[in-house]
Amino acid sequence: MPPTIDLEDLGLDSGGHLLVERALAGLTPGDRLVVRGRHPALGVHLAAWCRAEGHRLDPAVEGPTIIRGHADLDRWRDAQRAGATANDVVAHASRHWGLAARGALVEPGGPALAVDWVDRDLVWADLAPRLYAQATANQWDPATAVDWAAAGSLPEHVEGAVVQVMTYLVENEQAALMIPARLLSRLHPHFREVMQLLAAQAADEARHVEIFSRRALLNRDVLGLSGAGGRASLQTLIEEPDFTLASFLLSVLGEGSFLDLLHFLHRHAPDRVTADVTRLAARDEARHVAFGVAHTAHVVRADQGFLHLLRTAVERRHAALADTAGLNKQVFDALVVLAAGSWTPTAISHGWQEVLRLQQAMDEGRRRRLEYIGFPADEAAALSALHTRNFM
Amino acid sequence: MRHTLLLGAVAYDPKVVTIWTGFRSWFRDRGLDLDYVLYSQYERQVEELLAGRIDLAWNSPLAWLRAQRLARAQDATVRPIAMRDTDRDLTSVVVVRADSAHQTLSDLRGRTVATGAVDSPQATLLPLALLRAAGLDPKVDIEVLRFDVGVGLHGDHVGGERDAAQALRAGRADAACLLDANLLLFGREGTLPAGSVRVLAQTAPYDHCNLTAGPAADPALVDHFGKLLLGMSYADDSARPLLDLEGLKQWLPGRTDRYAALDRAVTETDFYDPRGALGAADYRP
Ligand SMILES: [Fe+2]
Ligand SMILES: [Fe+2]
Repeated sequence: MPPTIDLEDLGLDSGGHLLVERALAGLTPGDRLVVRGRHPALGVHLAAWCRAEGHRLDPAVEGPTIIRGHADLDRWRDAQRAGATANDVVAHASRHWGLAARGALVEPGGPALAVDWVDRDLVWADLAPRLYAQATANQWDPATAVDWAAAGSLPEHVEGAVVQVMTYLVENEQAALMIPARLLSRLHPHFREVMQLLAAQAADEARHVEIFSRRALLNRDVLGLSGAGGRASLQTLIEEPDFTLASFLLSVLGEGSFLDLLHFLHRHAPDRVTADVTRLAARDEARHVAFGVAHTAHVVRADQGFLHLLRTAVERRHAALADTAGLNKQVFDALVVLAAGSWTPTAISHGWQEVLRLQQAMDEGRRRRLEYIGFPADEAAALSALHTRNFM
Repeated sequence: MRHTLLLGAVAYDPKVVTIWTGFRSWFRDRGLDLDYVLYSQYERQVEELLAGRIDLAWNSPLAWLRAQRLARAQDATVRPIAMRDTDRDLTSVVVVRADSAHQTLSDLRGRTVATGAVDSPQATLLPLALLRAAGLDPKVDIEVLRFDVGVGLHGDHVGGERDAAQALRAGRADAACLLDANLLLFGREGTLPAGSVRVLAQTAPYDHCNLTAGPAADPALVDHFGKLLLGMSYADDSARPLLDLEGLKQWLPGRTDRYAALDRAVTETDFYDPRGALGAADYRP
């Protein structure tokens, strides 16, 4: 006597197939299943359903009896898991896994995903999952995290310096937004923590663009100047096609130096709003730098030969920018004015020294990070010296 | 003799291009040079099959019957090479609203019966034959409310059937004629909410489409084609997407013993004459 299920009043037009499938799941192809039920169209429904699903109704018996087919099993016969478990980040992710979740059982035959980076050690950092958790825990709302009413009014020339610096910051933040966005669209989603982190990073930069723009326009209708050299410098970052080299140039060298600049601006901020926005952005930037450093170090650990590529990338960028002005004069002057705090010769001299100290701090930071990644001290110093005059 | 096997199919939906382009690559990857041409309706496809301009035709059941009649008239042969597992043992049903008083087909005398297109085997020709067998002449004893969607597509377009179902639900018809699978489909998608209709009558099982080889086809090439086709496995991920699109799990050998009811219906209504000429006055493919 074959197994029997009773659908009672349930029709296959109201979900009855779920019960039938559940009963068939335990059977092997060729086995029979007797289906009972009181739905008036049960027989008509079952015949149509079986035909569509690759089962058959036994024509020789009176009550509906399904002869189990094998199409449902065939579909999954050659299925493969995208990583043994959800935590198994494999060395090489198949493009045929496409958008499947890590650890999912993937039906073969779907379209291959057009992504460039499928090798773990070219994109990964063990720190990525933790950094992502930190990034989501530390999201803040520009509307409430900054006390926009606390701006007050500044002397005209100080306000001018703030607006000029903010104009420059926005430009940098826009580059910093576009780069992770581009990288993540070319990354295999198997490395999802890296993708998530890049997405959080892009969202961070979107907020930075917002708060710096908003500070610039707090007391004025127009922004400051945008120098051609600064923009050229930023564009070389966007144009770097390699994942690790882009991450290295942007985060290890660029955002690392940018972080020192934000600390400097926070320290010398002439008003609460400027102090707030630079503090908030710096907190995020530290995380961006941490991933760049951890990732680049990860790549170098796997392949020491990669140091050579990093060195070449710095040299190439330096050569590309050799004929440009780098940081525009107006930004540099604005930094001096902000650090000076007033127009007396003593104050300006003090401001000048402060900006020199900033550049020193940037240099020391870059050397420290380059050494951490694996460069010998002398090479780290030489490479740091080749970094763009535009800071980022 | 040409070495390309040329297959005709009717473009009842844009996906037909995807399907046959996929099949063409699949066969070419296995060393058989298959190409296809698309027709806007079945009648021209059958005529070209018999004229030897194509080797194979993916035929509706009605097109198969016409191919047979034309072949007989010109002393040629056509043979069915294969069919889908989903082409076997279909039934059609005549349904009424669940709360209606009609209990048998003869209760529909004087009533309005909604059908699919004039050339739909499943939603018009076969169910109307069922009514005739019950003693109702569709021309005289009932009002046929026909939904001529996609005329020439032999009912492949589901639109006419859906319109018939909606007419029943809206009270514009007392009964509707549907393929069993579409009764289930309309129930599941909500066109005919669960419990809203009752099956009044059901036809005997009949077969649907088949891949027909025409008189010009190279028999050896057709055999090679048939072997490859029947060997397509649902477990093979290069074949499965095509099978899913074409709506089957497995190709089966063609058989001809379950077209008799439709053949009778065609004769009774003079849809085609014995030599395969178009006979239905209101059929404009
Ligand atoms: Fe930023
Ligand atoms: Fe950043």
